[in-house]
Amino acid sequence: MNKEWPIWEIFIRSKNGLEHRHVGSLHATDSEMAIQNARDVYTRRQEGVSVWVVESKYITASNPEKNGELFEPAKDKVYRHPTFYNLPDEIKHM
Amino acid sequence: MEKENLYNYLLLLGDNSMILGQRLGELCGHGPELETDIALTNISLDLFGQVRNYFQYAAEVEGKERTEDDIAMLRYEQQYKNALLVEQPNTNFAHVICRQFLFDVYHQLLLNELVNSKDETISAIASKSIKEVDYHFDFSSTWLKRIGDGTEESNHKAQEALNQLWRYSMELFKESTIEAWAKETGVGADLEKLKNAYLSKVKEVVAEANLELPVEEVMQFGGKEGRHTEYMGYILADFQFMQRAYPNMKW
Repeated sequence: MNKEWPIWEIFIRSKNGLEHRHVGSLHATDSEMAIQNARDVYTRRQEGVSVWVVESKYITASNPEKNGELFEPAKDKVYRHPTFYNLPDEIKHM
Repeated sequence: MEKENLYNYLLLLGDNSMILGQRLGELCGHGPELETDIALTNISLDLFGQVRNYFQYAAEVEGKERTEDDIAMLRYEQQYKNALLVEQPNTNFAHVICRQFLFDVYHQLLLNELVNSKDETISAIASKSIKEVDYHFDFSSTWLKRIGDGTEESNHKAQEALNQLWRYSMELFKESTIEAWAKETGVGADLEKLKNAYLSKVKEVVAEANLELPVEEVMQFGGKEGRHTEYMGYILADFQFMQRAYPNMKW
């Protein structure tokens, strides 16, 4: 019997209006415990107003061996960045 | 006299949280899982936060220029008024959870009453603490169900813990002189009124946890009057060592 508790990925929304962000992972036997553990481990210093938990096994990750075909073709497509516009000086924070 | 009664009542409220907090603090670095370790010490910190509120107020009421630390650290065993339940040892995780659960149900009911205390400071402390204690109850009750309704072995351990600890439960509701004063003046709660709610809540969770309450248990009393179990001296030895060995030390 596997005595290790399953791993859960934890997502926290730091305040209303912002998105949930991945903050880390932890062990728990069920989703209820995962929420409690996440609350205790990741929100001790008022880091969040909402928690999502997902058991890690339900996350499908891309294969690092396929990084070449997945990500490298984007490297020379500079035209996909909106960097060719001339911005008027009055516009700040772009 | 009023002042002395209020002072003693604050000590009684604070001592329960403090000794349970100390017991949980002993588990720091020794929890069964990293996450559970953090959870238990979080609860401990919540409890110590409450103690500070009670004892800062007690120091003010006493008016002898003593501090919260003096009140916490420099009493003799017979002067601590905590119930016997909270000083029981961390025998195993089932004991830790069961002790916590039996206290949390009481604590929740008590604070819900103290929110309406005629003493404004006690009412404010209760309002602030109740959210913390609601979480403590969620934590301990879900864990009790997990252990009780888990494997044959975990069920056995939970039942053994309940058999061991249940005998300390009714002391929480046995009115001491100081609690009688608190009830009559509207400062404290009517414990007799809370008892039925306590029993039904405990029975509900215990049944869900696939456990059974011991029947015809001989209840143990005395903590509130300063008659403690053998464990109390060891707790205080740990707790008070630095202040006794190096009086007035700070860090």
